[in-house]
Amino acid sequence: MEIFKRVTEYNFMAKKTLAIVLSSVVILVGIISMITHGGLKYGIDFDGGTLVQLKFKTPPAIEDLRDGLKTIGLGDSTIQEFGSKNHILIRVEKSEEKLEEIGSKVKNSLIGKFQADDILVERVEMVGPKVGKDLREKAILSIIYAIIGIVIYISWRFELQYAIAAIIALVHDVLVTMGAFSLADKEFTLVIVAAFLTIIGYSLNDTIVVFDRIRENMRRKGKTSFADVINMSINQTLSRTILTSGTTLLVVVALFFRGGEIIHDFSFALIVGVVVGTYSSIFIASVFLVYWENRTISKRA
Amino acid sequence: MFINLKWKIPLILFVMLGAVYLSYPLKDKIALGLDLQGGMHLVLEVQTEKAVEASLERIADDIKREIEKEDYEIDRVSADYENKTVTVLMVDAIDLEAVEEIMESFTAYLKNEGKVREGRGYQFRLSKEEETRIEQNAVSQGLETIRNRVDQFGVAEPTIQAQGDRRILLQLPGIKDAERAIRLIGKTARLEFKIVDESVSPQSALNGSLPDGDEILYKREENIETGEVIKTPFLVKKRSALTGENLSGANVNYDGDFNEPYVAITFNSIGAIQFQEVTRTNVKKRLAIVLDGNVFSAPTIQEEISGGRAQITGQFTTEEARDLAIILRAGALPAPVVILENRTVGPSLGKDSIEQGVNSIILGAVLVIIFIAIYYKLSGIVSITALMLNIVLLLGVLAYFGAALTLPGIAGMLLTVGMAIDANVLIFERIREEIRNGKTARAAIDAGYAKALSTIVDANITTFIAAVVLFQFGTGPIKGFAITLCIGIAASMFTAVFVSRVIFDSFMSRKKVSNLSI
Repeated sequence: MEIFKRVTEYNFMAKKTLAIVLSSVVILVGIISMITHGGLKYGIDFDGGTLVQLKFKTPPAIEDLRDGLKTIGLGDSTIQEFGSKNHILIRVEKSEEKLEEIGSKVKNSLIGKFQADDILVERVEMVGPKVGKDLREKAILSIIYAIIGIVIYISWRFELQYAIAAIIALVHDVLVTMGAFSLADKEFTLVIVAAFLTIIGYSLNDTIVVFDRIRENMRRKGKTSFADVINMSINQTLSRTILTSGTTLLVVVALFFRGGEIIHDFSFALIVGVVVGTYSSIFIASVFLVYWENRTISKRA
Repeated sequence: MFINLKWKIPLILFVMLGAVYLSYPLKDKIALGLDLQGGMHLVLEVQTEKAVEASLERIADDIKREIEKEDYEIDRVSADYENKTVTVLMVDAIDLEAVEEIMESFTAYLKNEGKVREGRGYQFRLSKEEETRIEQNAVSQGLETIRNRVDQFGVAEPTIQAQGDRRILLQLPGIKDAERAIRLIGKTARLEFKIVDESVSPQSALNGSLPDGDEILYKREENIETGEVIKTPFLVKKRSALTGENLSGANVNYDGDFNEPYVAITFNSIGAIQFQEVTRTNVKKRLAIVLDGNVFSAPTIQEEISGGRAQITGQFTTEEARDLAIILRAGALPAPVVILENRTVGPSLGKDSIEQGVNSIILGAVLVIIFIAIYYKLSGIVSITALMLNIVLLLGVLAYFGAALTLPGIAGMLLTVGMAIDANVLIFERIREEIRNGKTARAAIDAGYAKALSTIVDANITTFIAAVVLFQFGTGPIKGFAITLCIGIAASMFTAVFVSRVIFDSFMSRKKVSNLSI
């Protein structure tokens, strides 16, 4: 079985303006969404706070939960269903440094409205504000370090403009995914940072496959224009690009639907990232290379 | 051309058997992370400044005692926590010379900063080195104490380690009663015996006439029916007559009349002598037993007590009494701790997560396998074989490093499955291209592998860089994800490139193949 019986001859570079407009619009929408949401929505990992996941025997009334929580004064709380009506995720603003187990405290506040045996504390996550700040800094640093490491490697293996193109593509991917997160009103947590680093790795992986072909074709390009070489390279790698993205998507979609509520957002990020990463290696990274080439040519002239 | 197979096949068999040996049976060889088996991840911060404050207080006390021994008249000796200084103020400036002499024994860690208050006193500053030493000590001793407590509590394979300057990281797998664990681990458990000052009533002391050297402490009692807490004030001497430092044992006993649990403590020989001395000189006075600033009881000393035994009574449940005994046996924390981070997963959620994780892996892998088998036919089967070996190898290496499998780790594994296929896709697409260009099967395989290799290496190394950074930065579950990804990438280079090639070659060596099933 083959997707394409022969090497395709799509003219991707002819669509570069459309691609740039499309990407700009999508990124802009994402940025506007982030601004209207008042910045990124941080999870407790980066903001501090407490999460308590409870499992009830029978679906509880959210109002009863809210009333119960009021009695312990942990600040603002958000209550949401988590996967099913019986699973409730409560997030409170405060993190308690005192030697107290918040899970039991929350549970006890609900006894009276509910039977003690009907409530099971499944998970408690408490992050103090200090740790939240530390983690935030570390997360940003880690993304910067990853980018630096990759730039060094690609500049060494290819040329500088390839590294810049790859970075532009991955920044594009991260921005789009962040926008998608903001639009879907999802929280940024440690696990999501892990997803972002994976997207960075994946996006590069994809970009490099195309670049490798470009490099190979450049060696025997003859009179073909640079844009044509790029077109040819993308076409030659197209079936691979679609296949790999397809199989990777298969597994992340499996993860999204079957991996459980806890890594739901993680797989969501990966799905967006894989799709955008594939798109960007064709339309963003390669387009940049053409621009760079045109610029240096006009400089020489 | 196929001579190489002579060592390649045994090498692959050796690696694979090794991986199986390392990882079989999975249940025993690969530990589950806290998120999968349930447990508690705690980061505590030692309030080291409190240890420094306590030291300053103790030093001030010692200085006072030394000067009093020589019969000089002291105005006061006071410690300033903010500036880490101790000020010695005499009634008469003439006595300062004598003070200087006495202070010589303190010069190792106190620096004389000169005269204060019209020459009636000296100010001393705690040296930076001493401060650092006290702080480090507070953390290392705290770590030791917490380890003792956890050991006695009975947790299988706990992780307890220092993190940074003043943090302690604890990982307690399989903890069921999180609340109890926190109380047990985090309690400072500073046990003190203080003489009750009955010259003034606590009430008038509260209203302002607090005698010098005294303090008010409370006894908290909960009315079991209403849940109301009654606080009874006690006026006690600030200086403890005795501390829990010299205990040799603590056990739960039951009161004969009401069968109520209490904690019986035994002093070691030094403690026993001190206890005897305290009881001898304070007969008919009340001795408050104070734990972390709370009065538990204040019995009247009837007579001198020798033998070094005492009881701590209070409103204990058996469990509370047992925990208190554990804490007292393990010793007090040199400084209080606060919780910076707490992540606790109940065992039932962990079980659900494993099930879902395994389900999603099976689902994802099956989908990929079906797809690849249809798409690449026999060559696809080669690739699937390599993929299976990849997972075996990944599990083997995980087991070898003793890395725990976490939920994000499972996600990493699944992602590896997706990406490992990529290497084969790259190769196979190249082979197809070469065949289209008219090459023979044999030559197409050679060219396909050769040309795809640099792409595969570049692509994998960049992902690897991202994964390594993630490992450096990550905590807990993220580390699990990063490590599986790193190992997965390395393993896939071996299986998808090397092993799959060997399989092709061994087919080719057996018979003349003209049509490649790809």
